[in-house]
Amino acid sequence: MPSLKDLKNRITSVKSTRKITKAMQMVAAAKLKRAQDAATASRPYASRMATVLANLSASAGAGGPKLLAGTGEDKTHLLVVMTAERGLAGGFNTYVVKLAKQKIGELRAEGKTVKILTVGKKGREQLSREYGDMFISHVDLADVKGGDYTDSALGLGHTLTKQFEDGEFDVATLIYSQFKNVLSQVPTAQQIIPASAPVDAPKVDLKGAIYQYEPSEIEILETLLPRYINTQILSAMLESAAGEQASRMTAMDNATRNAGDMIDSLSLQYNRARQAQITKELIEIISGAEAL
Amino acid sequence: MADKLHFSLVSPAREMFSGDVDHVIAPGTEGEFGVLAHHAPFMTTLKNGIVRVLEGDTTKMRIFVRGGFADVTPDGLTILAEEARDLEGVKVEEVQAEIDATLLKIQAMDQDDTAKATLQAHFDYLESLKAALVH
Repeated sequence: MPSLKDLKNRITSVKSTRKITKAMQMVAAAKLKRAQDAATASRPYASRMATVLANLSASAGAGGPKLLAGTGEDKTHLLVVMTAERGLAGGFNTYVVKLAKQKIGELRAEGKTVKILTVGKKGREQLSREYGDMFISHVDLADVKGGDYTDSALGLGHTLTKQFEDGEFDVATLIYSQFKNVLSQVPTAQQIIPASAPVDAPKVDLKGAIYQYEPSEIEILETLLPRYINTQILSAMLESAAGEQASRMTAMDNATRNAGDMIDSLSLQYNRARQAQITKELIEIISGAEAL
Repeated sequence: MADKLHFSLVSPAREMFSGDVDHVIAPGTEGEFGVLAHHAPFMTTLKNGIVRVLEGDTTKMRIFVRGGFADVTPDGLTILAEEARDLEGVKVEEVQAEIDATLLKIQAMDQDDTAKATLQAHFDYLESLKAALVH
Protein backbone atom coordinates (compact mmCIF):
# COMPACT_ATOMS: atom_id res chain seq x y z
CA MET A 1 0.00 0.00 0.00
CA PRO A 2 1.63 3.25 -1.12
CA SER A 3 1.77 5.96 1.50
CA LEU A 4 -0.06 9.27 1.16
CA LYS A 5 3.21 10.97 0.33
CA ASP A 6 3.92 8.47 -2.49
CA LEU A 7 0.47 8.97 -3.97
CA LYS A 8 0.82 12.70 -3.86
CA ASN A 9 4.15 12.51 -5.66
CA ARG A 10 2.73 10.28 -8.34
CA ILE A 11 -0.22 12.60 -8.92
CA THR A 12 2.11 15.57 -9.35
CA SER A 13 4.30 13.67 -11.76
CA VAL A 14 1.37 12.46 -13.90
CA LYS A 15 0.03 16.01 -13.90
CA SER A 16 3.24 17.39 -15.33
CA THR A 17 3.33 14.59 -17.91
CA ARG A 18 -0.16 15.60 -18.93
CA LYS A 19 0.97 19.18 -19.32
CA ILE A 20 3.77 18.09 -21.64
CA THR A 21 1.59 15.83 -23.79
CA LYS A 22 -1.05 18.52 -24.00
CA ALA A 23 1.54 21.03 -25.18
CA MET A 24 2.91 18.56 -27.72
CA GLN A 25 -0.58 17.92 -29.00
CA MET A 26 -1.19 21.62 -29.48
CA VAL A 27 2.14 22.16 -31.23
CA ALA A 28 1.41 19.20 -33.51
CA ALA A 29 -2.04 20.58 -34.31
CA ALA A 30 -0.56 23.93 -35.32
CA LYS A 31 2.16 22.30 -37.41
CA LEU A 32 -0.34 19.92 -38.94
CA LYS A 33 -2.34 22.80 -40.33
CA ARG A 34 0.72 24.15 -42.12
CA ALA A 35 1.94 20.76 -43.30
CA GLN A 36 -1.50 19.85 -44.56
CA ASP A 37 -1.79 23.10 -46.49
CA ALA A 38 1.61 22.50 -48.09
CA ALA A 39 0.67 18.96 -49.04
CA THR A 40 -2.63 20.08 -50.55
CA ALA A 41 -1.01 22.98 -52.40
CA SER A 42 1.50 20.68 -54.07
CA ARG A 43 -1.16 18.30 -55.38
CA PRO A 44 -2.29 20.19 -58.52
CA TYR A 45 1.29 20.29 -59.83
CA ALA A 46 1.87 16.61 -59.20
CA SER A 47 -1.40 15.55 -60.79
CA ARG A 48 -0.94 17.79 -63.84
CA MET A 49 2.56 16.45 -64.24
CA ALA A 50 1.18 12.91 -64.15
CA THR A 51 -1.33 13.77 -66.87
CA VAL A 52 1.37 15.25 -69.07
CA LEU A 53 3.59 12.22 -68.54
CA ALA A 54 0.71 9.86 -69.31
CA ASN A 55 0.08 11.63 -72.63
CA LEU A 56 3.75 11.70 -73.52
CA SER A 57 4.55 8.12 -72.63
CA ALA A 58 1.49 6.93 -74.52
CA SER A 59 2.72 8.61 -77.68
CA ALA A 60 6.44 7.95 -77.17
CA GLY A 61 5.87 4.20 -77.06
CA ALA A 62 8.59 1.75 -76.07
CA GLY A 63 11.59 3.69 -77.33
CA GLY A 64 11.57 6.11 -74.40
CA PRO A 65 14.57 7.14 -72.29
CA LYS A 66 16.02 4.77 -69.71
CA LEU A 67 14.24 6.43 -66.81
CA LEU A 68 10.94 5.44 -68.37
CA ALA A 69 11.79 2.15 -70.04
CA GLY A 70 14.03 0.80 -67.27
CA THR A 71 17.35 -0.99 -67.58
CA GLY A 72 15.68 -4.10 -68.92
CA GLU A 73 16.69 -5.95 -65.79
CA ASP A 74 15.08 -6.51 -62.44
CA LYS A 75 17.93 -7.60 -60.19
CA THR A 76 18.83 -4.82 -57.82
CA HIS A 77 16.09 -3.05 -55.95
CA LEU A 78 16.52 0.18 -54.05
CA LEU A 79 14.05 0.91 -51.29
CA VAL A 80 13.73 4.51 -50.21
CA VAL A 81 12.24 4.37 -46.72
CA MET A 82 10.77 7.66 -45.62
CA THR A 83 10.07 8.20 -41.93
CA ALA A 84 10.07 11.05 -39.46
CA GLU A 85 13.03 12.63 -37.69
CA ARG A 86 11.37 12.23 -34.33
CA GLY A 87 9.39 9.69 -32.43
CA LEU A 88 6.45 10.06 -30.05
CA ALA A 89 4.10 9.97 -32.98
CA GLY A 90 2.15 6.82 -32.23
CA GLY A 91 2.70 4.02 -34.68
CA PHE A 92 3.68 6.36 -37.52
CA ASN A 93 7.28 5.27 -37.98
CA THR A 94 6.65 1.68 -37.01
CA TYR A 95 4.04 1.15 -39.70
CA VAL A 96 6.33 2.44 -42.42
CA VAL A 97 9.21 0.31 -41.17
CA LYS A 98 6.93 -2.72 -40.99
CA LEU A 99 5.95 -2.31 -44.63
CA ALA A 100 9.61 -1.85 -45.55
CA LYS A 101 10.57 -5.06 -43.75
CA GLN A 102 7.80 -6.94 -45.48
CA LYS A 103 9.02 -5.65 -48.87
CA ILE A 104 12.60 -6.58 -48.10
CA GLY A 105 11.45 -10.07 -47.17
CA GLU A 106 9.49 -10.48 -50.40
CA LEU A 107 12.31 -9.21 -52.60
CA ARG A 108 14.87 -11.40 -50.89
CA ALA A 109 12.65 -14.44 -51.28
CA GLU A 110 12.63 -13.75 -55.00
CA GLY A 111 16.40 -13.71 -54.97
CA LYS A 112 16.87 -10.00 -55.67
CA THR A 113 19.58 -7.77 -54.28
CA VAL A 114 18.14 -5.13 -51.98
CA LYS A 115 19.65 -1.77 -51.15
CA ILE A 116 18.18 0.69 -48.70
CA LEU A 117 18.23 4.45 -48.62
CA THR A 118 16.68 5.98 -45.53
CA VAL A 119 15.08 9.38 -45.18
CA GLY A 120 14.51 10.50 -41.63
CA LYS A 121 16.33 9.29 -38.54
CA LYS A 122 13.71 7.00 -37.04
CA GLY A 123 13.50 4.59 -39.94
CA ARG A 124 17.26 4.31 -40.02
CA GLU A 125 17.41 3.47 -36.32
CA GLN A 126 14.73 0.83 -36.57
CA LEU A 127 16.13 -0.81 -39.69
CA SER A 128 19.80 -0.68 -38.80
CA ARG A 129 19.57 -3.60 -36.37
CA GLU A 130 18.57 -6.11 -39.01
CA TYR A 131 19.49 -4.58 -42.34
CA GLY A 132 22.38 -2.23 -41.53
CA ASP A 133 24.61 -3.81 -44.18
CA MET A 134 22.19 -2.86 -46.98
CA PHE A 135 22.24 0.86 -46.28
CA ILE A 136 23.75 2.87 -49.07
CA SER A 137 22.86 6.37 -48.04
CA HIS A 138 20.78 8.51 -45.74
CA VAL A 139 18.95 11.82 -46.05
CA ASP A 140 18.75 13.86 -42.89
CA LEU A 141 15.64 15.96 -42.48
CA ALA A 142 16.72 17.58 -39.22
CA ASP A 143 17.80 20.85 -40.84
CA VAL A 144 14.63 21.30 -42.86
CA LYS A 145 13.22 24.63 -41.79
CA GLY A 146 9.60 25.73 -41.87
CA GLY A 147 8.38 22.68 -43.76
CA ASP A 148 10.27 23.56 -46.94
CA TYR A 149 11.32 20.19 -48.29
CA THR A 150 12.17 21.41 -51.78
CA ASP A 151 15.94 21.30 -51.35
CA SER A 152 15.97 17.86 -49.74
CA ALA A 153 13.63 16.48 -52.39
CA LEU A 154 15.69 17.89 -55.25
CA GLY A 155 18.91 16.62 -53.68
CA LEU A 156 17.51 13.14 -53.25
CA GLY A 157 16.08 13.20 -56.77
CA HIS A 158 19.51 14.07 -58.20
CA THR A 159 21.18 11.32 -56.20
CA LEU A 160 18.67 8.74 -57.37
CA THR A 161 18.84 9.65 -61.06
CA LYS A 162 22.62 9.69 -60.94
CA GLN A 163 22.89 6.32 -59.23
CA PHE A 164 20.38 4.88 -61.66
CA GLU A 165 22.43 6.09 -64.59
CA ASP A 166 25.54 4.59 -63.02
CA GLY A 167 23.73 1.27 -62.88
CA GLU A 168 23.63 1.06 -59.09
CA PHE A 169 20.09 -0.29 -59.14
CA ASP A 170 17.35 -1.34 -61.57
CA VAL A 171 14.19 -0.42 -59.70
CA ALA A 172 13.61 2.17 -57.01
CA THR A 173 10.59 2.03 -54.75
CA LEU A 174 9.52 4.73 -52.36
CA ILE A 175 8.04 3.61 -49.06
CA TYR A 176 6.28 6.40 -47.24
CA SER A 177 3.19 7.21 -45.30
CA GLN A 178 0.40 8.57 -47.43
CA PHE A 179 -1.74 11.19 -45.76
CA LYS A 180 -5.40 10.29 -46.18
CA ASN A 181 -6.81 12.39 -43.37
CA VAL A 182 -6.01 13.29 -39.79
CA LEU A 183 -7.06 9.90 -38.51
CA SER A 184 -5.57 7.69 -41.18
CA GLN A 185 -2.14 7.57 -42.72
CA VAL A 186 -1.54 4.65 -45.02
CA PRO A 187 1.97 3.24 -45.48
CA THR A 188 2.43 3.00 -49.24
CA ALA A 189 5.02 1.52 -51.57
CA GLN A 190 5.34 3.38 -54.84
CA GLN A 191 7.72 2.59 -57.65
CA ILE A 192 9.43 5.76 -58.85
CA ILE A 193 12.19 4.48 -61.13
CA PRO A 194 11.58 3.42 -63.86
CA ALA A 195 8.84 6.02 -63.86
CA SER A 196 5.36 4.95 -64.71
CA ALA A 197 2.41 7.17 -65.35
CA PRO A 198 -0.32 6.50 -62.82
CA VAL A 199 -3.00 4.22 -64.23
CA ASP A 200 -5.76 6.50 -63.04
CA ALA A 201 -4.35 9.63 -64.68
CA PRO A 202 -7.10 11.28 -66.70
CA LYS A 203 -6.70 10.73 -70.43
CA VAL A 204 -7.12 13.77 -72.59
CA ASP A 205 -9.46 13.44 -75.52
CA LEU A 206 -7.75 15.10 -78.46
CA LYS A 207 -10.82 14.84 -80.68
CA GLY A 208 -8.81 13.28 -83.46
CA ALA A 209 -6.09 15.94 -83.50
CA ILE A 210 -2.41 15.06 -83.32
CA TYR A 211 -0.09 16.39 -80.64
CA GLN A 212 2.73 18.61 -81.78
CA TYR A 213 5.96 18.52 -79.84
CA GLU A 214 8.57 21.19 -79.71
CA PRO A 215 11.37 20.02 -79.42
CA SER A 216 10.84 16.28 -79.99
CA GLU A 217 8.90 13.96 -77.68
CA ILE A 218 12.06 12.26 -76.53
CA GLU A 219 13.73 15.54 -75.61
CA ILE A 220 10.70 16.69 -73.67
CA LEU A 221 10.56 13.34 -71.90
CA GLU A 222 14.21 13.63 -70.98
CA THR A 223 13.63 16.96 -69.24
CA LEU A 224 10.33 15.91 -67.79
CA LEU A 225 11.27 12.57 -66.22
CA PRO A 226 13.84 13.78 -63.67
CA ARG A 227 11.40 16.50 -62.67
CA TYR A 228 8.59 14.03 -62.40
CA ILE A 229 10.69 11.93 -60.06
CA ASN A 230 11.60 15.00 -57.99
CA THR A 231 7.96 15.97 -57.79
CA GLN A 232 6.98 12.53 -56.58
CA ILE A 233 9.65 12.62 -53.92
CA LEU A 234 8.62 16.09 -52.83
CA SER A 235 4.96 15.22 -52.52
CA ALA A 236 5.84 12.06 -50.63
CA MET A 237 7.91 14.15 -48.20
CA LEU A 238 5.09 16.64 -47.73
CA GLU A 239 2.52 13.90 -47.21
CA SER A 240 4.83 12.17 -44.79
CA ALA A 241 5.33 15.41 -42.85
CA ALA A 242 1.60 16.02 -42.62
CA GLY A 243 1.05 12.42 -41.56
CA GLU A 244 3.70 12.66 -38.87
CA GLN A 245 2.04 15.69 -37.29
CA ALA A 246 -1.42 14.17 -37.55
CA SER A 247 -0.23 10.95 -36.01
CA ARG A 248 1.56 12.80 -33.22
CA MET A 249 -1.49 14.89 -32.54
CA THR A 250 -3.70 11.82 -32.19
CA ALA A 251 -1.13 9.99 -30.07
CA MET A 252 -0.67 12.95 -27.75
CA ASP A 253 -4.41 13.47 -27.50
CA ASN A 254 -4.73 9.88 -26.31
CA ALA A 255 -1.82 10.30 -23.92
CA THR A 256 -3.39 13.43 -22.45
CA ARG A 257 -6.66 11.61 -21.94
CA ASN A 258 -4.94 8.62 -20.37
CA ALA A 259 -3.05 10.89 -18.02
CA GLY A 260 -6.36 12.49 -17.03
CA ASP A 261 -7.88 9.08 -16.25
CA MET A 262 -4.83 8.14 -14.26
CA ILE A 263 -4.99 11.34 -12.23
CA ASP A 264 -8.65 10.65 -11.48
CA SER A 265 -8.02 7.15 -10.24
CA LEU A 266 -4.94 8.20 -8.27
CA SER A 267 -6.85 11.05 -6.63
CA LEU A 268 -9.60 8.64 -5.65
CA GLN A 269 -7.04 6.31 -4.14
CA TYR A 270 -5.40 9.24 -2.36
CA ASN A 271 -8.69 10.48 -0.92
CA ARG A 272 -9.65 7.01 0.24
CA ALA A 273 -6.31 6.51 1.92
CA ARG A 274 -6.56 9.87 3.63
CA GLN A 275 -10.09 9.15 4.82
CA ALA A 276 -8.95 5.75 6.09
CA GLN A 277 -6.18 7.40 8.03
CA ILE A 278 -8.52 9.97 9.58
CA THR A 279 -10.97 7.24 10.58
CA LYS A 280 -8.14 5.26 12.08
CA GLU A 281 -6.96 8.23 14.12
CA LEU A 282 -10.50 8.93 15.32
CA ILE A 283 -10.96 5.30 16.39
CA GLU A 284 -7.68 5.48 18.27
CA ILE A 285 -8.74 8.66 20.10
CA ILE A 286 -12.22 7.35 20.91
CA SER A 287 -11.02 3.96 22.12
CA GLY A 288 -8.28 5.73 24.12
CA ALA A 289 -10.96 7.92 25.77
CA GLU A 290 -13.20 4.92 26.50
CA ALA A 291 -10.36 3.05 28.14
CA LEU A 292 -9.98 5.74 30.74
CA MET B 1 -18.15 37.15 -77.87
CA ALA B 2 -15.06 35.12 -78.56
CA ASP B 3 -14.44 31.80 -76.87
CA LYS B 4 -12.26 31.77 -73.80
CA LEU B 5 -9.18 29.72 -73.18
CA HIS B 6 -8.92 27.83 -69.93
CA PHE B 7 -5.49 28.58 -68.53
CA SER B 8 -3.79 27.27 -65.43
CA LEU B 9 -0.29 27.87 -64.18
CA VAL B 10 1.02 25.63 -61.45
CA SER B 11 4.35 25.57 -59.63
CA PRO B 12 5.41 22.84 -57.19
CA ALA B 13 4.46 25.09 -54.29
CA ARG B 14 0.96 26.02 -55.38
CA GLU B 15 -1.49 26.76 -58.16
CA MET B 16 -0.63 30.29 -59.25
CA PHE B 17 -3.47 30.93 -61.62
CA SER B 18 -6.51 29.16 -62.90
CA GLY B 19 -9.26 30.68 -64.94
CA ASP B 20 -10.61 31.63 -68.36
CA VAL B 21 -8.68 34.17 -70.40
CA ASP B 22 -8.47 35.38 -73.97
CA HIS B 23 -4.85 34.94 -74.86
CA VAL B 24 -1.63 33.70 -73.27
CA ILE B 25 1.87 34.35 -74.54
CA ALA B 26 4.62 32.06 -73.22
CA PRO B 27 8.38 31.73 -73.77
CA GLY B 28 9.01 28.35 -75.42
CA THR B 29 12.55 27.02 -75.81
CA GLU B 30 12.13 27.29 -79.56
CA GLY B 31 10.57 30.71 -79.52
CA GLU B 32 7.79 32.66 -77.92
CA PHE B 33 4.30 31.50 -78.76
CA GLY B 34 0.76 32.65 -78.19
CA VAL B 35 -2.19 30.45 -77.39
CA LEU B 36 -5.82 31.33 -78.12
CA ALA B 37 -8.93 29.24 -77.58
CA HIS B 38 -9.16 26.13 -79.80
CA HIS B 39 -5.43 25.88 -80.29
CA ALA B 40 -4.23 22.55 -81.70
CA PRO B 41 -2.75 20.10 -79.16
CA PHE B 42 0.81 21.14 -78.55
CA MET B 43 3.53 20.55 -76.01
CA THR B 44 6.81 22.32 -75.47
CA THR B 45 9.46 23.00 -72.88
CA LEU B 46 9.85 26.56 -71.61
CA LYS B 47 12.81 28.77 -70.89
CA ASN B 48 13.12 31.49 -68.27
CA GLY B 49 10.86 34.35 -69.18
CA ILE B 50 7.57 36.11 -68.83
CA VAL B 51 4.21 34.48 -69.34
CA ARG B 52 1.70 37.14 -70.29
CA VAL B 53 -2.01 36.74 -69.78
CA LEU B 54 -4.10 38.94 -72.05
CA GLU B 55 -7.74 40.01 -71.75
CA GLY B 56 -8.61 41.47 -75.11
CA ASP B 57 -5.56 43.53 -75.97
CA THR B 58 -4.56 44.52 -72.45
CA THR B 59 -2.07 42.56 -70.40
CA LYS B 60 -3.81 41.42 -67.26
CA MET B 61 -1.01 39.58 -65.57
CA ARG B 62 2.68 39.00 -66.03
CA ILE B 63 4.25 35.97 -64.42
CA PHE B 64 7.93 35.26 -64.49
CA VAL B 65 8.60 31.52 -64.80
CA ARG B 66 11.65 29.33 -64.62
CA GLY B 67 11.66 26.41 -67.02
CA GLY B 68 8.94 23.86 -67.15
CA PHE B 69 6.39 22.78 -69.70
CA ALA B 70 3.42 24.09 -71.55
CA ASP B 71 0.73 21.64 -72.52
CA VAL B 72 -2.08 22.67 -74.84
CA THR B 73 -5.03 20.31 -75.04
CA PRO B 74 -8.60 20.85 -76.19
CA ASP B 75 -9.37 21.52 -72.51
CA GLY B 76 -7.02 24.48 -72.34
CA LEU B 77 -3.45 25.44 -71.59
CA THR B 78 -1.50 24.18 -68.62
CA ILE B 79 1.89 25.54 -67.68
CA LEU B 80 4.00 23.55 -65.25
CA ALA B 81 6.70 25.89 -63.98
CA GLU B 82 9.63 25.02 -61.74
CA GLU B 83 9.33 28.41 -60.14
CA ALA B 84 6.91 31.25 -60.77
CA ARG B 85 6.40 34.77 -59.52
CA ASP B 86 3.86 37.42 -60.26
CA LEU B 87 5.84 40.38 -61.59
CA GLU B 88 3.38 42.70 -59.89
CA GLY B 89 4.78 43.61 -56.50
CA VAL B 90 8.31 42.28 -56.99
CA LYS B 91 11.03 44.79 -56.16
CA VAL B 92 14.47 44.89 -57.73
CA GLU B 93 16.15 45.39 -54.35
CA GLU B 94 14.51 42.28 -52.90
CA VAL B 95 15.57 40.20 -55.89
CA GLN B 96 19.10 41.57 -55.58
CA ALA B 97 19.18 40.57 -51.92
CA GLU B 98 18.08 37.06 -52.85
CA ILE B 99 20.71 36.88 -55.57
CA ASP B 100 23.41 37.78 -53.07
CA ALA B 101 22.18 35.21 -50.56
CA THR B 102 22.04 32.48 -53.20
CA LEU B 103 25.51 33.32 -54.46
CA LEU B 104 26.89 32.99 -50.94
CA LYS B 105 25.24 29.60 -50.60
CA ILE B 106 26.66 28.41 -53.92
CA GLN B 107 30.16 29.52 -52.96
CA ALA B 108 29.93 27.71 -49.64
CA MET B 109 29.14 24.42 -51.35
CA ASP B 110 31.39 21.57 -52.36
CA GLN B 111 32.07 21.12 -56.02
CA ASP B 112 30.21 17.84 -56.31
CA ASP B 113 27.23 18.71 -54.17
CA THR B 114 24.08 17.50 -55.88
CA ALA B 115 22.09 20.51 -54.75
CA LYS B 116 24.49 22.88 -56.45
CA ALA B 117 22.95 22.49 -59.90
CA THR B 118 19.55 23.32 -58.46
CA LEU B 119 20.84 26.41 -56.71
CA GLN B 120 22.63 27.49 -59.83
CA ALA B 121 19.36 27.24 -61.77
CA HIS B 122 17.63 29.25 -59.07
CA PHE B 123 20.41 31.82 -59.29
CA ASP B 124 20.07 32.10 -63.07
CA TYR B 125 16.34 32.49 -62.63
CA LEU B 126 16.81 35.37 -60.19
CA GLU B 127 19.35 37.02 -62.46
CA SER B 128 16.98 36.93 -65.42
CA LEU B 129 14.14 38.07 -63.21
CA LYS B 130 16.20 41.08 -62.23
CA ALA B 131 17.00 41.77 -65.85
CA ALA B 132 13.30 41.60 -66.70
CA LEU B 133 12.49 44.03 -63.91
CA VAL B 134 15.10 46.57 -64.87
CA HIS B 135 13.84 46.82 -68.42
